[in-house]
Amino acid sequence: MSTAALTPNPTAAEAGAPARSGFDRAVMALLVLLALLWMLPLLWVLALSFKPNEFLMGRTGVFLGGPYTLENYTDILGTSMVFRWLANSAGVALAQTAGVLVLSSLAGYGFARTEFPGRKLVFVLVMFGLAIPSQTLFIPLHRMFAHAGLQNTFAGLVLPGLAGPFGVYLMTQYFRAIPAELEEAAMLDNASRLKTFLFVILPLTLPAQATLAIFTFLGAWNDYLWPLVIATKPEMYTLTRGLASTQTNFAQSEGLGFLMAQAVFAGLPVLTVYLFFQKYLVSAVAGTGRR
Amino acid sequence: MSALSPTLDAAMAAPARGVDTGLRRSRPAHALFVLPFVGLYAALVLWPLLQGFWISLHEHDLLSDEHHFIGLENFANLIDDEFFAQVLWNTLRFVMISVPVFVVVSLALALALNRPGRLGALLRGTFFAASVLSVTIVTLVWRLALMPERGLVSQLLAPLGLGEVGWLTSERLALPTVALVTVWWIIGLPMMLFLAALQQIPADVHEAAALDNASRWRTFTAVTLPALARTVALVAVIELIRECQVFPQIMLLTNGGPNNSSRPLAQFIYEQAFVQLSLGYATAASQVLFAIMLVGVSLQLWLERERKERA
Repeated sequence: MSTAALTPNPTAAEAGAPARSGFDRAVMALLVLLALLWMLPLLWVLALSFKPNEFLMGRTGVFLGGPYTLENYTDILGTSMVFRWLANSAGVALAQTAGVLVLSSLAGYGFARTEFPGRKLVFVLVMFGLAIPSQTLFIPLHRMFAHAGLQNTFAGLVLPGLAGPFGVYLMTQYFRAIPAELEEAAMLDNASRLKTFLFVILPLTLPAQATLAIFTFLGAWNDYLWPLVIATKPEMYTLTRGLASTQTNFAQSEGLGFLMAQAVFAGLPVLTVYLFFQKYLVSAVAGTGRR
Repeated sequence: MSALSPTLDAAMAAPARGVDTGLRRSRPAHALFVLPFVGLYAALVLWPLLQGFWISLHEHDLLSDEHHFIGLENFANLIDDEFFAQVLWNTLRFVMISVPVFVVVSLALALALNRPGRLGALLRGTFFAASVLSVTIVTLVWRLALMPERGLVSQLLAPLGLGEVGWLTSERLALPTVALVTVWWIIGLPMMLFLAALQQIPADVHEAAALDNASRWRTFTAVTLPALARTVALVAVIELIRECQVFPQIMLLTNGGPNNSSRPLAQFIYEQAFVQLSLGYATAASQVLFAIMLVGVSLQLWLERERKERA
């Protein structure tokens, strides 16, 4: 009871009732169980990916023990194009992230902190874009890109992702909240508008840049529809698109162990990045919720 | 704005008036800041949007690129198309199953996990983790886990006599199963939205309730839930918008089957364009999706504005 009173900023769960009751412990125990259950499919796939294909023909119920093998992973490294796809995905996601950060920062600053003829109208037009689903755009876009010879090119994969208005929305909100005094002081020192932007204001937006970078990177990495229509040659597939192409002959020739190893191989890089950036990602998501 | 500290908010309120003259003087050159993005946006969003609408007024073959103007005939055909009615119905069913589950489960998780300490953080991270996996990995894992007899789910449910259920191959179960897999996949975002909202409820409100010896349930229904009402609506609308566009996980898990029982609107659009090759019909259907989205997003913006004004 006293803990709730002494903690400077007690959370709702603690303050709502006598703290650390048996009820609380029961809830936590239940949650730990649920979390384990939540992760079970991933753990199951991970465990079975180290078992021989022939063994899995018979039974899949064994988690630990039994024969182990790395053959499923060596099969991936030897035969398929996953490394090429991995590189394509990384290239596309990084290029899109860098592009979106630059374009959105410039535009966000322009909309939030400067005035020019027609600013309001253009801003409304850009915000209107938040309501346009990609499924409404991809057919005409595909026609345009095919005519321009951009099918199966790096530029073709990257460009549409740069035109999304979410980043501009986020950055405009953020620039608006920065106090104007800072900028005024710099302008009094006769710094140019561009210099003020680059050296005074932009460094203040690092948290927003991190948020936007995470969202853009994950979005680009996980995009499926656009790579599906614009990349028709296997050497231009992204990882997401490429793995989909191997799922069509599911459970036939290659064997369960091979498929499971593939899932692990493709999922591990992102999950590792997630472990390192978890803190930022979680606060980023919470931040957009509060906006 | 409220995401920033109150000191920042206060600081910007004070000098705002004097600023207008210097910093916000209108100069055409300032447009250079927005020009790179606006140029791309016009070329890759607005122009294709108009083009899509124009194509929807034509009969247009993808391969030969032959087209002729037919006015609103594509839209008239959509109304009479039973297949289109079915995919609309499937999409609606998917939304009706997934959105309530999203709201209830993410709210429950957020309420339980809104606590300081390592264990809480670890559990929050665990429930969020699947969101970072790409759709192909999620579908691969679940196609394996949902295999009849040999899959993980079948083995766990075998004692209940459910070991041989074809979760993805039954007309009745396929769509709800995909909806639940979707919840498993991206429950993280709504959970975080609720957690952020919970953090904003002033602590003294709960302390007062505790002093009154209010029961847990009473505190929840009388204090917490009313404070969260708008977030509940916001989460519901955000998920509504996302799930109206559902497509890749369905295509990869069931390919719309069995017997079209899980085929959604977005897959219809894709297949009309790239399998049936009739661009006009496909873009007409995509205008319907756009109209639905416009309503949804307007609702979301309205809810967010209300929330900001209250804050």
